[in-house]
Amino acid sequence: MGSSINTIRDLTEQDYKWGFVTAIEDERIPRGLNEEIIRLISAKKREPEFMLEWRLRAYRYWASLEKAQAEPKWANVHYSPIDYQNIIYYSAPKQKPGLKSLDELDPEIRRTYEKLGIPLAEQQRLAGVAVDAVFDSVSVATTFKDKLAELGIIFCSFSEAVEKYPELVKKYLGTVVPHTDNFFAALNAAVFSDGSFAYIPKGVRCPMELSTYFRINAAETGQFERTLIVADEGSYVSYLEGCTAPIRDENQLHAAVVELVALDNAQIKYSTVQNWYPGDKQGRGGIYNFVTKRGKCAGVNSKISWTQVETGSAITWKYPGCILQGDNSVGEFYSVALTNNYQQADTGTKMIHMGKNTRSTIVSKGISAGHGQNSYRGMVKILKGAVGARNYTQCDSLLIGDQCGAHTFPYIEVKNASAHMEHEASTSKIGEDQLFYLQQRGLKLEDAVSMIVNGFCKQVFRELPMEFAVEAQKLLGVSLEGSVG
Amino acid sequence: MDLLEIRNLHAEVGGNEILKGIDLTVHPGEVHSIMGPNGSGKSTLAQVLARRESYQVTAGEILFDGKDLLSMKPEEAACEGMFMAFQYPIEIPGIGNAHFLRSALNAMRKYRGLDELDAIDFLPLFREKLKLLDMDERFMNRSLNEGFSGGEKKRNEILQMAILEPKLAILDETDSGLDIDALRIVAQGVNAMRSPNRAMIVVTHYQRLLNYIIPDFVHVLVDGRIVRSGGAELALELEEKGYGWIETEARQTAPASA
Repeated sequence: MGSSINTIRDLTEQDYKWGFVTAIEDERIPRGLNEEIIRLISAKKREPEFMLEWRLRAYRYWASLEKAQAEPKWANVHYSPIDYQNIIYYSAPKQKPGLKSLDELDPEIRRTYEKLGIPLAEQQRLAGVAVDAVFDSVSVATTFKDKLAELGIIFCSFSEAVEKYPELVKKYLGTVVPHTDNFFAALNAAVFSDGSFAYIPKGVRCPMELSTYFRINAAETGQFERTLIVADEGSYVSYLEGCTAPIRDENQLHAAVVELVALDNAQIKYSTVQNWYPGDKQGRGGIYNFVTKRGKCAGVNSKISWTQVETGSAITWKYPGCILQGDNSVGEFYSVALTNNYQQADTGTKMIHMGKNTRSTIVSKGISAGHGQNSYRGMVKILKGAVGARNYTQCDSLLIGDQCGAHTFPYIEVKNASAHMEHEASTSKIGEDQLFYLQQRGLKLEDAVSMIVNGFCKQVFRELPMEFAVEAQKLLGVSLEGSVG
Repeated sequence: MDLLEIRNLHAEVGGNEILKGIDLTVHPGEVHSIMGPNGSGKSTLAQVLARRESYQVTAGEILFDGKDLLSMKPEEAACEGMFMAFQYPIEIPGIGNAHFLRSALNAMRKYRGLDELDAIDFLPLFREKLKLLDMDERFMNRSLNEGFSGGEKKRNEILQMAILEPKLAILDETDSGLDIDALRIVAQGVNAMRSPNRAMIVVTHYQRLLNYIIPDFVHVLVDGRIVRSGGAELALELEEKGYGWIETEARQTAPASA
């Protein structure tokens, strides 16, 4: 198979095409982290007192963990120690304060988003996606705001939410992911500079997909955004998230937090296509994607569904989970994680069943190529009160070549005997016979690989909104660069 | 012109020489059957023609429709009109049969400079061929060969052949694992595909398939060489007498160095 391996490598080698840097002036604060920095960030954002207090509490907690060297070490990923004092925690494009319309947005940033194919302009209403775009640390534009406001839907940057809807923020911030949750969640709570906020009022079905686009541009900065979505009783929202970053030699830290709250009969569908810069073929550079995402099905019959396609980042450490508190609530996790070259991913989910008749579904598809290491780590916990809980877990790994690795770490904890648990797992390799079969039918080698991989991921792709699914399939093809080794 | 011309073909797998000098000429419209005992090199010949890389050609040449076959990649050979019905068709989970076939057909159309067919143009063609093979519409959206029975897989191979309309179709032990009804249906499909522009090479161990697909020529392969060629009646003779006598005969006349 030697020469077909080389052909796959030649044919699929494509460079990271989102790796450009935008030349804009930015405003930064000094590097490093201490209470002064926290105060500075809070002051820059003109935050109310309660936010500063909250940040400081988180900072002190994080500092105590850092002192105790309590950065989590259990994940199956390897990297040199991060110097937290050598990171710039806030960087913002310089712009006139108080943007009145999108026309005032820095043309360079607009061009960046156009290159990325994000419909920022209102006239692209037909795209049916409302976008909040976060550039480095701050949110630069939110489209369709007025249209959504007519329905009572709030969709804005986190900063704006803190300013205009402090009561909502106060009520829900940190209720799903408290600052004490983990090292990176504490760090995020202390320094997060912006993010997105959405509130869907009672009984409202959000008529369009809400979307956030994250872009790290500045060098030596970290990105720490925070997203909070609250779906009030009987409401529905579908939310999309995409991310890219320029090519840089050094590693950059991205430590985000996402909190979702679904009240009685509410539904949240959260989809991510994560394409942070993965580093080069030798494993230099790339984003450390250390992210905490969790949803709380607080109300009865509520449902939270996570779908993620993770193709980027040097290291991914991420476990979008659901706390199934309300009776009959439903949690879902559909994931495709691809690691190529020297990428590492330790990703999975946590399903915590508390309410009666709660159900969860986990479908995880890991693809390892090159020297990539891919771990599924999932926890399903059935608490005592969760009578009649059910979980179905399926985790499949696909190996391309013989230098990569796939690992599975399922944790199952059942405290109620009425629970039904199912766990299926498989590991397979793209075989020479499969490739030859498809080639004999006229398909080029790279199309054959891409077809097999797409077939493998189908169960997850069909959970994505249509446009995103097409995007994800293309991305997967591109990300298989240098695969098979 | 000859459709296929094989001259002095030697090939090895994993360092073992399997084909030891094959000469064979196939014209358009002909059906040739390659028969022979297990291990004689029948499948190796089929794989070499389909350009499988793990089968290495050490000597000889093959012209396919006047072009040098041995310089082609498998997909190029396929796009030039070479089709192989696999002895063990491969399962590809998650890929719908119709989607796969349209991708394959479009890859070939593109290669030949034709417009690609969209799903709406493709559907009538697909339905027509399903009918030809007495196949259910369920075959359209089922994952490629996944969970298919042995007979369904073989019929799916013939369906693919019917849609891709090759110049040369190689059927590699298509009869293996088929019951008599499935055999008849498959043979019907193959016969419907016979045309003055298309040649077929039917590789089989047993004569029974040749009751349904009557070949123009039968070649007997023993130890990597064609030791005897004849008409359809040669298959019947083999059925009656087995391969033993022909193997003995072949050993007596083979060069000692082999």
